[in-house]
Amino acid sequence: MTLATAAAHMTAAHTAAAHLAAAPTTGAPEPHGFLSPTGVEIAFLLVGLVTFGAAVVTVTTRQLVHAALWLVVALGGLAVEYLLLTAEFIAWVQVLIYVGAVVVLILFGLMLTRAPIGRSPDADSGNRWAALTVAVAAAAALVWVVADAFRTTWIDLDGPASGSTAVTGASLFQNWVLPFEALSVLLLAALVGAIVLSRRAQPDRSLTPTVSDAPRPAPSGAGPADTAGTGEKADNGPDQADSAERSEGANKANKASKDDKADKGDDR
Amino acid sequence: MTTTTLAVLVPLLPFLGAAAGLLLGRTAPGFVRPLAVLPPLAALVLAVAVAARQGGGSAVDAVTELTPTGSVPVELALHIDGFAALVAVLVGTVATCVQIYSTGYLRDDPRYASYAALVSLFTSAMFLVVYSGDLMVLLVGWEIMGICSYFLVGHYWETPEARAASLKAFLVTKLGDVPFLIGLLALATEAGSFRITRILGAVAHGSLDHPTLIAVLLLAGVAGKSAQFPLHTWLPDAMAGPTPVSALIHAATMVAAGVYFVARLLPLFEASRAAMVVLAVMAAVTMVGSALAALAQDDIKRVLAYSTIGQLGYLTGALAAGDRGAAVFHLLSHGAFKALLFLAAGVIIHAAGTNSLAAMSRMRGLRDRVPDAYWTTTVALLALAAIPPFSGFFSKESVLGAAEHVATGHTEHAPGAAGWTVLVAGLLTALLTAAYATRLWLLAFRGSGAEAPDHGRQPVVMNAVLWVLALPSLALGGLTFRLLPDWFDGRDLTPTLTTSVLGTGVALVGGIVTYAAWRHTTVLAARTPLGAVAAHPEGDAGLVEAEAIASHKSAYGDVAGAPDPADPGRLLLGPLHRPAAAGFHLDAVYATLFVRPVLAGARLVRFLDREVVDTYVRAAGALPRWLGAAVRRAQTGNLQTYVSALLAGTVVLAVAAVLVATGA
Amino acid sequence: MHLAYPAVLSALLFCTGLYGVLARRNAILVLMSVELMLNAVNLNLVAFDVWLSRAAEETLHSGQALTLFTIAIAAAEIGIGLAIVLAVHRNRGTSDIDKLRDTAEGHGPDDSGDSEGPGDPAAPHGPGTDTPATGTAAEKAEATA
Repeated sequence: MTLATAAAHMTAAHTAAAHLAAAPTTGAPEPHGFLSPTGVEIAFLLVGLVTFGAAVVTVTTRQLVHAALWLVVALGGLAVEYLLLTAEFIAWVQVLIYVGAVVVLILFGLMLTRAPIGRSPDADSGNRWAALTVAVAAAAALVWVVADAFRTTWIDLDGPASGSTAVTGASLFQNWVLPFEALSVLLLAALVGAIVLSRRAQPDRSLTPTVSDAPRPAPSGAGPADTAGTGEKADNGPDQADSAERSEGANKANKASKDDKADKGDDR
Repeated sequence: MTTTTLAVLVPLLPFLGAAAGLLLGRTAPGFVRPLAVLPPLAALVLAVAVAARQGGGSAVDAVTELTPTGSVPVELALHIDGFAALVAVLVGTVATCVQIYSTGYLRDDPRYASYAALVSLFTSAMFLVVYSGDLMVLLVGWEIMGICSYFLVGHYWETPEARAASLKAFLVTKLGDVPFLIGLLALATEAGSFRITRILGAVAHGSLDHPTLIAVLLLAGVAGKSAQFPLHTWLPDAMAGPTPVSALIHAATMVAAGVYFVARLLPLFEASRAAMVVLAVMAAVTMVGSALAALAQDDIKRVLAYSTIGQLGYLTGALAAGDRGAAVFHLLSHGAFKALLFLAAGVIIHAAGTNSLAAMSRMRGLRDRVPDAYWTTTVALLALAAIPPFSGFFSKESVLGAAEHVATGHTEHAPGAAGWTVLVAGLLTALLTAAYATRLWLLAFRGSGAEAPDHGRQPVVMNAVLWVLALPSLALGGLTFRLLPDWFDGRDLTPTLTTSVLGTGVALVGGIVTYAAWRHTTVLAARTPLGAVAAHPEGDAGLVEAEAIASHKSAYGDVAGAPDPADPGRLLLGPLHRPAAAGFHLDAVYATLFVRPVLAGARLVRFLDREVVDTYVRAAGALPRWLGAAVRRAQTGNLQTYVSALLAGTVVLAVAAVLVATGA
Repeated sequence: MHLAYPAVLSALLFCTGLYGVLARRNAILVLMSVELMLNAVNLNLVAFDVWLSRAAEETLHSGQALTLFTIAIAAAEIGIGLAIVLAVHRNRGTSDIDKLRDTAEGHGPDDSGDSEGPGDPAAPHGPGTDTPATGTAAEKAEATA
């Protein structure tokens, strides 16, 4: 955000003389300078800083569960930004679906894949510096282009909210009803696909019910009760081995499943 | 049939015989011997018929042009004068004899079929050279003879000597053939035709601009083919081939082709006095040097080879004296007795199991084992030494007489200096010739020591051929020296009194001195045992000879000489013996002057090719390989790497697009 | 409010998500980064929709409608994505993206576990590279017995 503001200030100072010429395109009667920010802008800026910071922590932290929690902060910050932009319906949808559903799904995913609790040294791949280079270059290019293009564009937030539930609902069910219905089909397909993908190991087990159902000693490195994470006995072996390996790599004590659950609870 | 048809059939029949022999050699071995013998025999009959029709009168000329060939026309032309008719008869006689002899000599040889076919092909080419009236057609026969010689010298290609000798023969003659070809083209360009008659007409009108240059270029080819100094070194080594081949190609016919060529174009050479002097000097050096070398050789065939070189020197000497009648006369008689000598030498080698004179001189009674070869060799050696009344006397005296004629200034055909050179060298060579002939005879047939091995009688065909050839050696000269001028240029071939007395005198002196030296040294023979005998004396003559040649170097330390203190040649030559045995080290000189620079150049080229040129080639291959390896390493399978590269490219493209759009 | 504020924030969020997609090793973290990128796009859509709805007389509110669609599709995407990650994790014993290199040269067509050969120097070896593979193989052998 500091980069963005710096670029914005620079371009503003650079093009202060052109405000009169660019102002009519915004429809506003008077130019609005960056040096006289309104209250909404200050709030937007502060929330934006928080959001960006949370996002950066999300992609850099070494604690996987913390990353998911920081994602909550970033998504919540975005919801506040929507509110500041008078798009209140979107903001609530954001809170409901993203913060409510998606993050919970992600947390379940982390648990199901036996993600390690605490700092994992290999959260980032060896591709990190190339990724950083690409990301910074892309950011510089995008910020430069966007700031240069919209440096004088003004959003008039006065008047009735353009994103209220009534307005959005009217628009959605008048103009966008067909895509809306099509979207329901997509969601159904996604539902079916997710179920099919998750149940792929089913035929193997049905062929050999006695073997899979029979109690057998668990592989080394985990307690016999450690089946809550996967819910599938056939996957216990690799999962537990993987878990043990990762826990050792993280210099964490290899504990039984109850201890793991306690750690997860602490993280939450 | 017209004379022309007969003459066309003469080279064609052996050619067809050669083709049939090559085709049928494997599938029908029974036809090989008839196919080898009959075509040359038929060609001989036809050549005799042609000679009878021509009869020494005006030349028979026939010409047909198959197709236009550009500025200077190449035509299939016959030009049969007295020289051509008689030389063709000689070629046919010797070729027939050699083919008959070979049936016995190479009785058990597995490659007899191809051998006989090559001899027939050679015969055909020689007939072509003799009859051709067009120099390009003559050149075709000339080169076919060269390649046949290469193949036949290398007949025993299992031995390194034969391989080296065949290569050497081919390369050295080719060394002369290149300037020969250039000379032919220059001659045809200036004369406007390849026809011999037109060229001689042009010479008569004096329309040649560079006769000396052309003559010297042609002389290089003649020296190569006729084994004249300095291109003679291939001929002694060519004795690694079978003896019949030596008799036919390297004694009687092919080596005479060069001399015959000069004889045909003699007016051209006479147009340049320098060429005549060069010819004379070449002849003199060749004669004397080869006679000295012949006196020092241990291999009986090498003695005869050097003798051939010397006698060919007589021929070129006669040409240098401007008398081609004498030259061709000596060519005919020499062809007969030298073929006889070689064929007899083949019999002797078979009987003795060795080709070394030193070993033969330690065998008693060799002449009783091969009485036919003994008597015929005696006749031929007497002819070689020019003792009257053998045919060599008349022909050699005609050469010496011609030289004397020039030396005393009775003719304007040739410069006097050439005459004197030839005369003095000829007399000296006569002395040496008699000496080495005597030495050969004494060492081969008057040996003392252990009894010669008995391998039974020689095949009848071989002995019969010896007697057939002994007749012309004995009587050709005496019977025909009065008739031949009608066939030739009409110049008298009768021996003159001065040269006859001088020549015969020096020959007798040479013979007697050699005999005295032999009497002196033969005592030593018993004290130094020497000799090696072929491993399979019961085999056919070709096998025995091949083994003898292959073992000579290992047994005596040298292909040419032998460390024999009983050799009269060693006593006669004194300090000259060692260089003479080595051919006056001419091979070493050539090795220094030509072979080593060529080898060094080849090494340099190889170095440049391997280290310089190949570097670029290898780099051209290595660079894509490295690039491919680099690209392959980029394919890590890591999706994030791929996406990173994709997005980086996208950013670069987007920035570039923005910059272009904004005009920055 | 200046349009540049939400636009720049959206660009920065997008690039942050981009960094996460490229740099994170765990597939679920990659999915989270994808969510960040989607939200950046949503912010853009909303901001421009608000601006255009004020500037124009008639509007379809297409920006906000698309934002809603994006949110719905993102929910579906995270569901499918998690299912895929779980399936991969079940088969391979890992959900690390940089260990799924079956498309690289030197890998056979079989997909039984992490088949990185020890002779491939370019592949980074995690500490648990071999154990899950053998564990998977043993498990499959048991399952088919």
